[in-house]
Amino acid sequence: MSAAIEVKLIGLSKSFGEVKALNNFSLEMAKGELVALLGPSGCGKTTALRALAGLQPLDSGKIIVHDEDITNLPTSKRNMGMVFQSYSLFPHMSALENVEYGLKMRFRKFSSSERQKKSKELLDLVDLASHMNHFPHQLSGGQQQRIALARALAISPNVLLLDEPLSALDAKVRSQLRDEIRRIQLEVGTTTLFVTHDQEEALGIADRVGVMKKGVLEQIATPAQLYDKPVTSFVAEFVGLTNPIEGEVRNGKINILGQEIEVLPGSVTSGKAKALIRPEAISINKESNANAQVLTIGFLGSMLRVLLKLNNGSMVTAQLPSSDNPNYKIGDQVLMRINPVPVFAKEL
Amino acid sequence: MRNFKRIDVWRWLIIGFVGAYLLIPVFAMLEFSTRGAPGERSTEAWTAIPTFPKLLSSIFSSLQLAVVVILAVVFILVPTMIWIHLRLPHLRRYMELLCLLPLTIPAIVIVVGIAPTYRALYQVFGSSPITLSFVYFILVLPYSYRSISASLFSIDSHTLSEASRSLGASTIRMIAGIIVPNIKVGIMSGAVISIALVLGEFTISNLLNFETMQVVINLLGKRDAATSVAVSLAALVFAFILLAILPTTNRSRSSKLKTNRKVGMVIK
Repeated sequence: MSAAIEVKLIGLSKSFGEVKALNNFSLEMAKGELVALLGPSGCGKTTALRALAGLQPLDSGKIIVHDEDITNLPTSKRNMGMVFQSYSLFPHMSALENVEYGLKMRFRKFSSSERQKKSKELLDLVDLASHMNHFPHQLSGGQQQRIALARALAISPNVLLLDEPLSALDAKVRSQLRDEIRRIQLEVGTTTLFVTHDQEEALGIADRVGVMKKGVLEQIATPAQLYDKPVTSFVAEFVGLTNPIEGEVRNGKINILGQEIEVLPGSVTSGKAKALIRPEAISINKESNANAQVLTIGFLGSMLRVLLKLNNGSMVTAQLPSSDNPNYKIGDQVLMRINPVPVFAKEL
Repeated sequence: MRNFKRIDVWRWLIIGFVGAYLLIPVFAMLEFSTRGAPGERSTEAWTAIPTFPKLLSSIFSSLQLAVVVILAVVFILVPTMIWIHLRLPHLRRYMELLCLLPLTIPAIVIVVGIAPTYRALYQVFGSSPITLSFVYFILVLPYSYRSISASLFSIDSHTLSEASRSLGASTIRMIAGIIVPNIKVGIMSGAVISIALVLGEFTISNLLNFETMQVVINLLGKRDAATSVAVSLAALVFAFILLAILPTTNRSRSSKLKTNRKVGMVIK
């Protein structure tokens, strides 16, 4: 991170009874950065976001924004713009009034016309200026979330907090809105924390993605690093698909199907292990010395998903470009090879 | 088809029967209060209403009581319920139990229990009928609680309050500006029932020796039955008008919403 650190979450801990939602959780965000927190349900990602918003009291830890300790500051004084998972527009207010609300609360010196002007600009930013007099029940889910985004940005927040804002939307709208959130975030340059359980969302728009498990940040890295160089088996298996293939680790390499493949740091260092192979790292060819059989073929547009049964009985999924595919058929005997990229090897 | 006709006939029969059951006594009151010399109508009983000074002051007291009780509901019960709903949900069932308790206690028991308290209240607040608002507030709790609680559960009050606080609203502004407008229907319903209850309450005020409207109507009935019935009918009509007006004021916004819905359709 070259830019100045804007947000620091230091050693945050929070327990709900026996469950540790946050366990000495730390995170730093640079100015203008979009960080996504990714993890399964109950991993503590929403608790971390709510702690930053001031909506979740902590057992211990410190939150610093703009070099100011805001750990004990009430929510209303933190200047955090938040978009919620459920639709949170105020039902009795029009779209314009919803966007104006934060300005009314925070900037009392603004005249009514100034507020309206700024609100209209923000509705324009989310392409909904034409809907400013509509009430929430007159808007679709995607439109409501876009207005919620405009409302959150209206107060020029220190940090924009997005708590699974796309999860209630259908797939097509979700994908459109995801790209729109990124466009708007880059345009306004607001530091953003985005919480999601959908890895496609996280990898698709974030500068860095943090993967959480049981209140702990397992790894935080750029989407490409996270995908290619996971540091734990949890990260490797949670982000993207993997095929666990048994082999033997020796001298920093794992021997699988007669191939020697380098293992990533954090992997098992010696003895028997399971290499976590990405489906796209597998290639197949029709050759006489076949080591696998094609069980099923799924067409995914530009890609083919092929389920293979290895000679040792284990199943492997390969993802191949459709264009390179020489019309494989179910039952074909093929030679499976693994691209020599470093892989993560976990214990058996 | 025949079945539908039969259902229709039954429906009108039931409506007719209920309507007659409710309206015949009202018409009987009107007839009785406007009875003059044989074969003639007279408004004497109605025009006599303002001539009973006690009656006018008791009507005024009852109206004051209704206003004070509604203010108590709005400024004490509503914020307390919102606070418990949002911040202390584990206390919700105790609050419910407490609020519904007055339903299970007969008025006479309340009077016996509360009489010593009122002796102390006389010393602090004097013997004004307005002091009845303390006990009336307790009496309206079950009805107000039910309607406000139903409204609170019908909205996502947690998310709305968090959204409001994150946008810089203080707790008071959050409650007044976001939650209350969205549970207005419940508050209004509670208020209407409270008014009807306060204007119609007789037992407690009579036993505690306060001259509220119902108590004076009862006294008047012993002296001038026609005027007593006229006042009762007027009180009844007043309550009907309130019941009709209050929900309408609340509907003005929603009818505006309906108009908007027709004009601008949802765009994906």
